[in-house]
Amino acid sequence: MRVICIALLGVALLAGSAAGASRGGSVDLVAYSTPKDAYGKIIASFQKTSAGNGTGFNESYAASGDQARAVAAGLKADVVALALDPDVNMLVGKGLVPKNWAANSHKGIVSDSVVVFVVRDGNPKHIKGWGDLVKPGIQVITPNPFTSGGARWNVMAAYGAQRKAGKTDKQAIAYLKKFFQHVPVQPDSARAALQVFAQGKGDVLITYENEAIYAEKKGVHTEYKTPKSTLLIETPVALTKSGLKKPAAKAFYKFLWSSTAQKAFASQGFRPVVKSVAKDYKFYKPSGLFTITSTKLGLNGWTKVQTRFFHPTNGIVAKIEKSLGH
Amino acid sequence: MSRYLLRFTALGYVAFLLLVPVGFVFYRAFGDGLGHAWDAVTTDRAIHALELTLMLTAIAVPANTIVGIILALMLVRTRFRGRGLLNAVVDLPLALSPVVVGLALYLLYGRGGWLGGLAERGVHVLFAFPGMLLATMFVSLPFVVREVVPVLREIGTEQEQAAETLGARPFQVFRRVTFPAIRWAVAYGVVLTTARCIGEFGAVSIVSGRIEGKTETLPIYVQSQYAFDFDTSGAYAASVVLALIAIATVVLLRVFQPKEEVL
Amino acid sequence: MVSDRAGGALARGIALGYLSLVVLLPLAALVWSSRSHGLGAFWDQATEPEALSALKLTLALAAICAVVNAVAGTAIAWVLVRDRFRGRGLVDSVIDLPFALPTIVAGLTLLALYGPGGPFKVDVAFTRMGVLLALLFVTLPFVVRAVQPVLLELDREMEEAAASLGARSFTVFRRIVFPNLLPAILSGVALAFSRAIGEFGAVVLISGNLPFKTEVSSVYIFQQVESDNGAAAAAVSVLLLAISLAVLLGIGAFRRWRTKYDHA
Repeated sequence: MRVICIALLGVALLAGSAAGASRGGSVDLVAYSTPKDAYGKIIASFQKTSAGNGTGFNESYAASGDQARAVAAGLKADVVALALDPDVNMLVGKGLVPKNWAANSHKGIVSDSVVVFVVRDGNPKHIKGWGDLVKPGIQVITPNPFTSGGARWNVMAAYGAQRKAGKTDKQAIAYLKKFFQHVPVQPDSARAALQVFAQGKGDVLITYENEAIYAEKKGVHTEYKTPKSTLLIETPVALTKSGLKKPAAKAFYKFLWSSTAQKAFASQGFRPVVKSVAKDYKFYKPSGLFTITSTKLGLNGWTKVQTRFFHPTNGIVAKIEKSLGH
Repeated sequence: MSRYLLRFTALGYVAFLLLVPVGFVFYRAFGDGLGHAWDAVTTDRAIHALELTLMLTAIAVPANTIVGIILALMLVRTRFRGRGLLNAVVDLPLALSPVVVGLALYLLYGRGGWLGGLAERGVHVLFAFPGMLLATMFVSLPFVVREVVPVLREIGTEQEQAAETLGARPFQVFRRVTFPAIRWAVAYGVVLTTARCIGEFGAVSIVSGRIEGKTETLPIYVQSQYAFDFDTSGAYAASVVLALIAIATVVLLRVFQPKEEVL
Repeated sequence: MVSDRAGGALARGIALGYLSLVVLLPLAALVWSSRSHGLGAFWDQATEPEALSALKLTLALAAICAVVNAVAGTAIAWVLVRDRFRGRGLVDSVIDLPFALPTIVAGLTLLALYGPGGPFKVDVAFTRMGVLLALLFVTLPFVVRAVQPVLLELDREMEEAAASLGARSFTVFRRIVFPNLLPAILSGVALAFSRAIGEFGAVVLISGNLPFKTEVSSVYIFQQVESDNGAAAAAVSVLLLAISLAVLLGIGAFRRWRTKYDHA
């Protein structure tokens, strides 16, 4: 009996320490849901460099908003690769990420993408532009904006496209309301939304271009259309305060802008931000491309947009969802 | 005539609902050949998920067995105020949704929770092994107790009292008289507990953080492969491992069926 | 007695301490959290339209599941006890599978079989039927295992007497067998209902979790936790628990009332 107790205690201690031990040279990467394959490649390349040799990685991929909250709740993270700036800035507010996280030549942005429409093979419902999404009977799949970063890019792309077409702020918001009326389900992350669409629900999926490319790679019977007016997606990466203490994490962070890493991103459908690499890849340039800082279109940068549109109770989207009975 | 109709309907229901799905797991997993399935289930990540699942089980099962026997003895052999309450508390994990269990742990050990300060002191419960262990222990707690209690009631205290009057010390009484009488019930309970530990999904999913290669159990890995990586063959291969364990469980349950006769 | 010695006291202390740490403390935190913002906030969160819709769906499906199980479970138990056929032992063992198989695996295979692209050309993914199917899977053993031992113990004399007096077999069942089985059936139903209300793993894949259509309470709670709305999740959990408890007490009371007049 006593022997059993001691043995149990020993196993428990071993297990606990094995699971919790931070080996010298282990990096915790917490990312949003879609770049898993890209980071898989980048990590493998990094581990072949002298700076990365022998470094272990712990990776976690889920909806951007949920991941930010998880890190705030205690999920260990040295490098956070989230879908948009506000999610990183939330962690700055919690004292987990330094205020100057974006102070590098690329403003902390590691890759770009654009908002696209994923449709069934052959585009049976002939969906080409934002106006087609609100035609009668069309079902649109987009993730939940309060958990997913991709969902917020989608909403702002929809708003911005209306403004680009000359609509006023009020008219664009009215479009958003119609848009949400066509959404039967809001999965929690961009990847989950792709899963739902792949299972047969919905006529069109709004998502990142890189996710559309991933779907084709995985043999899902879809194709994608890039609307003429769409939003440039810029996804940030930041070192947390704990990451700053780890040389391996700092080296990995720098590595993300190396040509090897940028090429790895490009191979997975992400648009590289380093110009010397970008020029080798022929990504489609939408004629009506705009960014989150296009003030003429009412987009005044993420800080203002996040509060105005995505505040959990007073934001425009919250009000729309409430009026629709959600 | 009606006998055959009843038999056909009842067995048909069981086949359609149980056998076909379980058989289908094997069909899908081995659809591309044995080698392909083997590859899918021997990736680093899958092996780690299996190891983690087994490690959690290896701790939770003995703990719940020992505590379960003690609690059963308390419930049957001693009179104390609050015995009914203890009975209800032991049964509680069976009535709770696993999601609620995970939520309770999340509220207790997360930031702002009563024990949230532990994380700041370096003791990580959530998103780490200890939290997953607590969740596993919670959901698998009642089984040994519930199997042992009716047997303890049935056998009565005569033999134990006889042993005591002959000078046996309490632990000897337990080891020589009580335990042999309840051992099949304990074995049955242990099998149920083990099956529950291995198969637990909801509660552990919430507290684990789903860190690949770190806090993914095999059930979580199955879901992640299917819903996240679009790797259906990987999901099915891992499911087969779990299904085989389930079948072994069912066989063991049959073997350890509490005997009708008691000494 | 074992319990009177110091060693016994230590053992009891360890057991109670373990129970407190593992079960009571987290539950206390749960109940506390649901009250922490006041009763008003509790009620608001628990009665959010989406939460209420999920609750109604959960209770309705669990009720249907319980009824189906009452009938099917009794029939299966009957066939396993009273009928003789080859492979009976095998079928008897198979009944335990839902206890042993991880819920997520059950959910995955049900989705693969009865969802899009399945071999039977039926698609119940994203439907309530799909959710019901998953619930029926996980609750199958409860009524069967509750009724079997009672059927085994049942004295056949009364049935034979009634049959010899000319009663048809269904009448025999209805008048003689069923009243004896009722307490066991109700026990099994209570367990099945309780399980169905909280089921998560088997349901989460096939239901598609469409709010107001196929989203059940357990999934709603899960999503609230993922969004860090711990208080909302706690409010719904406590409400669900209260309703579940009320139903179980109700079934128990009904059972005692029925069997009070049931003296052979």
